[in-house]
Amino acid sequence: MALLELESVNAFYGRIQALRGMSIRVEKGEVVALIGSNGAGKTTTLRTISGLMHPQSGSIRFDGRDITRTGPSNIVELGICQSPEGRRLFPRMTVVDNLFMGAYTRNDKPGIASDLERVFTLFPRLKERRTQIAGTLSGGEQQMLAMGRALMARPKLMMLDEPSLGLAPILIETIFSIVREINAQGTTVLLVEQNANKALEVSNRGYVLETGVVVQEGSGKELLASEGVQKAYLGM
Amino acid sequence: MALGGMSLIDFLFYIICAAAVVLLAAQAVINPTAFVQITVFGLADGAMYALVALGYTMVYGIIELINFAHGDVFTMGGYISAAILGFFAINEQTFTAVNLVAILLVFPAVMLIMAAINVGIERIAYRPLRNAPRLAPLITAIGMSFVLEGVMFLWHGPASVHFPDILPHGPGFQTTIGGVFVTFKDGFVMVTAVFLVTLLAIFINRTKLGKAMRATAQDKDAAQLMGIDINRTIAATFFIGALLAGAGGMIWGLYFNNLFYNLGFRTGLVAFTSAVFGGIGNIPGAAIGGVLIGLIAAYSDSYIGSKWTEVVIFGILIGVLVFRPTGLLGMRVPEK
Repeated sequence: MALLELESVNAFYGRIQALRGMSIRVEKGEVVALIGSNGAGKTTTLRTISGLMHPQSGSIRFDGRDITRTGPSNIVELGICQSPEGRRLFPRMTVVDNLFMGAYTRNDKPGIASDLERVFTLFPRLKERRTQIAGTLSGGEQQMLAMGRALMARPKLMMLDEPSLGLAPILIETIFSIVREINAQGTTVLLVEQNANKALEVSNRGYVLETGVVVQEGSGKELLASEGVQKAYLGM
Repeated sequence: MALGGMSLIDFLFYIICAAAVVLLAAQAVINPTAFVQITVFGLADGAMYALVALGYTMVYGIIELINFAHGDVFTMGGYISAAILGFFAINEQTFTAVNLVAILLVFPAVMLIMAAINVGIERIAYRPLRNAPRLAPLITAIGMSFVLEGVMFLWHGPASVHFPDILPHGPGFQTTIGGVFVTFKDGFVMVTAVFLVTLLAIFINRTKLGKAMRATAQDKDAAQLMGIDINRTIAATFFIGALLAGAGGMIWGLYFNNLFYNLGFRTGLVAFTSAVFGGIGNIPGAAIGGVLIGLIAAYSDSYIGSKWTEVVIFGILIGVLVFRPTGLLGMRVPEK
């Protein structure tokens, strides 16, 4: 059984339909990429999974439960945490307080402390800057903090929305190698990216979205080699 | 136009502040005793404004609503504490053990009652309008203010209400230090306010719920994505704001010994000015703004004339809104 499964999800912003029968699934242990251009419904898909908005029809199942109508805080407790588009840190709180907010739904102090150490091992930069105010970090550090904050929830499924956006190429390499490492440590990852090339390289499977619907799916390699994807998203 | 990196407006702002400080300093030199005396009054008033201003700024910080009913929550705190004190065999002539017990019991009781009422107000009047245009909850807040004033009007009528004078007072509890007349009450007001503000600061900065409230104020969507129930943090903000306002109402009663049904209108506007002066949304700013406005009002009462005090205070409100909307401590939020 898939860890996460969306079945024919229709979702609207007001009267505008953002998702049209979206069906995707993520197996335990995978890295899955959602690629597509602006307005394809990538971020909306993540917002719908997180419970910030609810589908008008269709269903979302996670870890054997129906979460179609579940609210965002319960979804975090069930084990889905998101590093949202644009990072969305708490800009006037310190690095450490941002990380603790990631662990908001948890009460196991020793577990939180060991996860904090884990995040600091993955991102030594954050440890150096632990008392700095988040809004004053550089773009790359902010992205690391956003990912670290999501990891603090100890999610079964971590969703990353555009982690490479606005970062220097060298930092993009770092971020994607950390995505691999997080996955190797046992966290399933759902990745939304405009940088299709990088995203597909680290992913087991991928979905190509267009105007709210899946138009192509396959393994990362297949999609990288596919002519349509090359033309549309890889600029080849 | 730039003057060494300052805009003309900043320059004017500093000139006005400097002129005020020089004039005050001149008064302080001419008659230091009177100056210190006025400062004591100003600090006591300012401490109460600060308690009310904190509620305005916290609510604004989290849902960007100017909660006009907040001043009336403060007044109602005074009315309700006076009513509960009626059940105790208090003595207004001398300070008895019963007085002490009454004060110690009524403080937390009235704080909790007002907190519950304020959470109810949020639930009934503001939460249904969470996604409405901003003007809607603002108008509702003004309506809520009228409702609370109406309730107090029906309860005790338009005349002022006596608040029992049960703090230690009289010749044994006042002294003259170097010509400055200080009473126990002045000290009581300041110490209680500092105590409550310190508790608030610890709560906001150290506890999980306090941090979640700050997180919600800074980014609601991100807070939800971390699993924070924002309805709960918003309710908590109203709860805590009213704890302070309720305490403020009781302190006001204990200090001035009279209340009237629309006291919250003027006090609320002054406290709101304090919050704007300190930087709306900024918690230390509201505390500092309250004390400063209390001092400015006291200096204005004595050196300019009390009939001009409202002009001075609301002149500051207009000046800050026009020239320095972020207030004294208002932060320039770093780009996300």
